[in-house]
Amino acid sequence: MFKWFADLITYDILRLPKGAHLSESLNFFLYDVPKIYFLLIVIVFFVAIIRTFLPPERIRQMLSHKKEFIGNVLAAMLGIFTPFCTCSAIPLFIGMLESGVPLGVTMSFLVASPTINEVALILLWGLFGWQVAITYIVSGLAIAVISGLIIGRLKMEKEVEEFVFKVKQVSAGGEKKLSWKDRVDYAVEYVKEIFAQVWLYVMLGVGLGALIHGYVPVEFVTQYAGRGNPFAVLIAVVIGVPLYSNAAGTIPVVQALIGKGLQLGITLAFMMAVTALSLPEFIILRKVLKPKLLFTFFGTVALGIIIIGYFFNFIF
Amino acid sequence: MEIKVLGPGCPNCQELEKRVKKALEELKVEATVTKVTDFAEIGKYIMMTPGIVINEKVKHKGKPLPRVEQIKEWIKEES
Repeated sequence: MFKWFADLITYDILRLPKGAHLSESLNFFLYDVPKIYFLLIVIVFFVAIIRTFLPPERIRQMLSHKKEFIGNVLAAMLGIFTPFCTCSAIPLFIGMLESGVPLGVTMSFLVASPTINEVALILLWGLFGWQVAITYIVSGLAIAVISGLIIGRLKMEKEVEEFVFKVKQVSAGGEKKLSWKDRVDYAVEYVKEIFAQVWLYVMLGVGLGALIHGYVPVEFVTQYAGRGNPFAVLIAVVIGVPLYSNAAGTIPVVQALIGKGLQLGITLAFMMAVTALSLPEFIILRKVLKPKLLFTFFGTVALGIIIIGYFFNFIF
Repeated sequence: MEIKVLGPGCPNCQELEKRVKKALEELKVEATVTKVTDFAEIGKYIMMTPGIVINEKVKHKGKPLPRVEQIKEWIKEES
């Protein structure tokens, strides 16, 4: 359907010649933008509906008194459905520790929540296909579970700022029962908000991607970040960290570069570095974690991302 | 009236603060608006930022952000 729309405009209405740089770029753009918008609306809506069943109080309750491994896996999975950038996850992080959720388990949650984000997922699905999207989820979960397990084993409870354990939550007021109408209203609001935030980036990103797609020669990337370069994944992670939370704009560009010889592992590593690790996050986390734990946290996650990157380069 | 906007300072919290001020302006209501950025303090009220607390009652937490109209209603409830 989306292909038909793009072809209709490029070749039938505008009567551009097939195979020319301009028409290829335009066709690519007209195909990808509506498709991503469509996925964005549908998926964000359903994720938001699921989310209405998982308020933070519920998450906290589900994770308290869980055994090590099971707790980590569950925490990582719950992390997928939570809308948090790290800064909004911190109050929940505090709430969890205060109610006796083990540190390693909360860490799994803290890693998964920003790493596996629905916008990134949608873009990966729309531009690379569902196989890559699933791979992204599974690798994100693996990193979250493993880094949580490692941090749990290191027994670093002392490295959390003391005040965290002392916060006593004032009763947040009776939770009112949500009707289906409330849930749908919430989801619609949520879709509007996300859409307002990312539509422009998607368009710019895909636009730039479309230009690359049509104009940049295949050898360009292969020369700098192709199979021959063993440091490619590392470089991707280093570039990805400062590009805070702009998955919407970066993925389409990366996708276009893939067509030019960039490897999939590098893409995944890059994506995760963009969403999971960032400087603002580092600064905000410092308020609740002491330096030693903060560096351990960043170190394990970064290492995890790099390993995943090389692993997929090796497989695909 | 005392209104607290809770959030560590991400774009969402700033937007929320703007909306609260707009709501007050439109209603022509006087109130002290405090921005709470300290996690120890935020953690007392909510587990999801950003949040609004009016006269020590939690009115909102998390995303999506409430509309100005909604905030006006909360202000009316408390005044």
